[in-house]
Amino acid sequence: MSEPGSKAATADAAHAGETRRDFIHIAAATVAAGGVAAVAWPFVQQLAPAADTRALSSAEVDISKVEEGGEIRVLIGGLPFFIRHRTAEQIARARKDDTAPMIDPETDDSRLRPMQDGKLNPAILVTSGVCTHLGCVPVGPSQGTVGEFGGWYCPCHGSNYDISGRIRKGPAPKNLPIPNYEYVSATTIKITL
Amino acid sequence: MSGPSTYEPKTGFTRWLDTRLPIVRMANDSAIDFPTPKNLNYWWTFGGILAVCLVIQIVTGIVLAMHYVASTAGAFNSVERIMRDVEFGWLIRNIHATGASMFFIAVYIHMFRGLYYGSYKSPREVLWILGCLIYGLMMATAFMGYVLPWGQMSYHGAGVITNIIGGIPLVGPVIKTYLVGGPAVGNQTLNRFFSLHYLLPFIIAGVVMLHIWALHVPGNNNPTGVSVKDVKKDTVPFHPYYTVKDGFAIIVFLIVFAVFVFYYPNALGHADNSIEANPLVTPSHIVPEWYLLPFYAILRAFNFNIGPIEAKTLGIFAMFGSIIILFLVSWLDTSKVRSMRYRPTARWFFLFFVASAVGLGFCGANNPDDLIFKFKPDQLALTYVEGGQQKTEIFDDFNAASAKKAQLAAIPDSIPSIAISSSGFKWVWLAQALTAYYFIYFLFLLPVLGVIEKPKPRPASIADSVRKKHGKSAAPAPVAGAAPQHAE
Repeated sequence: MSEPGSKAATADAAHAGETRRDFIHIAAATVAAGGVAAVAWPFVQQLAPAADTRALSSAEVDISKVEEGGEIRVLIGGLPFFIRHRTAEQIARARKDDTAPMIDPETDDSRLRPMQDGKLNPAILVTSGVCTHLGCVPVGPSQGTVGEFGGWYCPCHGSNYDISGRIRKGPAPKNLPIPNYEYVSATTIKITL
Repeated sequence: MSGPSTYEPKTGFTRWLDTRLPIVRMANDSAIDFPTPKNLNYWWTFGGILAVCLVIQIVTGIVLAMHYVASTAGAFNSVERIMRDVEFGWLIRNIHATGASMFFIAVYIHMFRGLYYGSYKSPREVLWILGCLIYGLMMATAFMGYVLPWGQMSYHGAGVITNIIGGIPLVGPVIKTYLVGGPAVGNQTLNRFFSLHYLLPFIIAGVVMLHIWALHVPGNNNPTGVSVKDVKKDTVPFHPYYTVKDGFAIIVFLIVFAVFVFYYPNALGHADNSIEANPLVTPSHIVPEWYLLPFYAILRAFNFNIGPIEAKTLGIFAMFGSIIILFLVSWLDTSKVRSMRYRPTARWFFLFFVASAVGLGFCGANNPDDLIFKFKPDQLALTYVEGGQQKTEIFDDFNAASAKKAQLAAIPDSIPSIAISSSGFKWVWLAQALTAYYFIYFLFLLPVLGVIEKPKPRPASIADSVRKKHGKSAAPAPVAGAAPQHAE
């Protein structure tokens, strides 16, 4: 306690009713809250993708095994991807359609990625295998139908994709996305989620 | 109606126990002597039925967990093994799967009961909110349980639901990653869903305890909505009056349950779930279980943007909003009258609300763009490109359409194609109308009707309404059994 009328006494009055015990309460509660947060964090973070799951988030695919005019489908971390080996005729059609009316306009070239020599490889088209409408997996040449535009057809709600994976008809709002991928050799690509 | 306890221990042991752990006293006060309005009808038996449902699900679930393998490689086969090889596994799994549907039938009746008789109004707001919480936990538990058999609908349904959660603005993608535990639904998702599916029923059981506690403070509402005024005249003890009434209702309910288990075990499920999950093949029509269909319909009713908000986001907000709104109904309804019996206008709007909720279920089951009925016979639509523009021409006759198509085929880049063109009333339009009514009912009708509606006269007391019903006038009805004393 300070002398009456002194500076310290005024300060005391401003903090009337506060005791040293209040400080202990606040300090104890803060430490407890910090402790709870520190313990809770591992229990929340364990829900995040584990190291092995993350490690499986990229895959190398040998594209030389894809038959011309055919397609292979790969699953990376549970997500499907299409790798289509296009014929010369299909490439020509995709390029010609660059100027056709589109729901989500994109040129065929902008949907390809350069090889190691910097040139595009129009024979190989890599796209996500998830319809942009409601997430179904469209069907392609191996499933017996390619839709009206020669690419893919989604059986759920009738979206038609062309040979460049662009949405041409149906309810889907966007083209089949092009995943992150690069050529690690002339015949191998690496797709990363 | 909690009041002074009327329990008196009779034996030496119960006297000894009563001063140490008064558990017999608690059981007596809450399930034997508990004063219950004497006019409860059969809609009030669904509380007891739901308790039975929860016990059935927990018991059968624990048994199934002894045989189930929670991995993408083993889940589907372990369920088939339960159905074929495990002794009585088929029976226990059918009870568990059918039981989920029965649980939801009962909870929906229980909720509509509460909405009709105003059981959410003061002083039962907390009781109602706890009930909404149980309902939310039930939906989460049922959704995760449906993923476990790892069939096609399990897998792709989980994909749709987790994508909905991922679509919540800002926080959605993070929540989705933590929920799914990887880029797509997979083994890690199945494992955590199994763990949570085992845990949540016990959380539900805990909230049910609170729900019953919150019930036993103000006591039961009743069909007149009039509060108990005289415990002696208005109430009867829970046992034997309602133990017998609830018991009878439970038996009738279990008969219906058994009919489904033994004769139609797959009627409430989906055939696609008998095919093992395949991430590369999507079922052509993904639907959730029937009890979630109304919310699925609300989600898909928004196929248009409002200003800068996208249709998908609107649908997500509306779907979660339709559930959150239930928590607030105690304050949205401004009427002082509890029971819709005495609300001549609100009553009709309520009945239409029930019809629209059921109607939304049918909307959810159907493809939004399919037609409920056609305006006119089908026609043919010829689509082609001319001068960089997509054009459509409608034909009644196939020959005329194909002649024009052949003509166009000669022109390069015209890409003509013929498709069937139907015009009619789409399911999504019905879903939009019913979704609008769902929200109007809670956000406009309930608040406004409470102010403008003139309610019918209510009986002076529960005893009075019972006497009137049985044509007795002045003489008070004899109260059978040992009704507890009036607690003030």
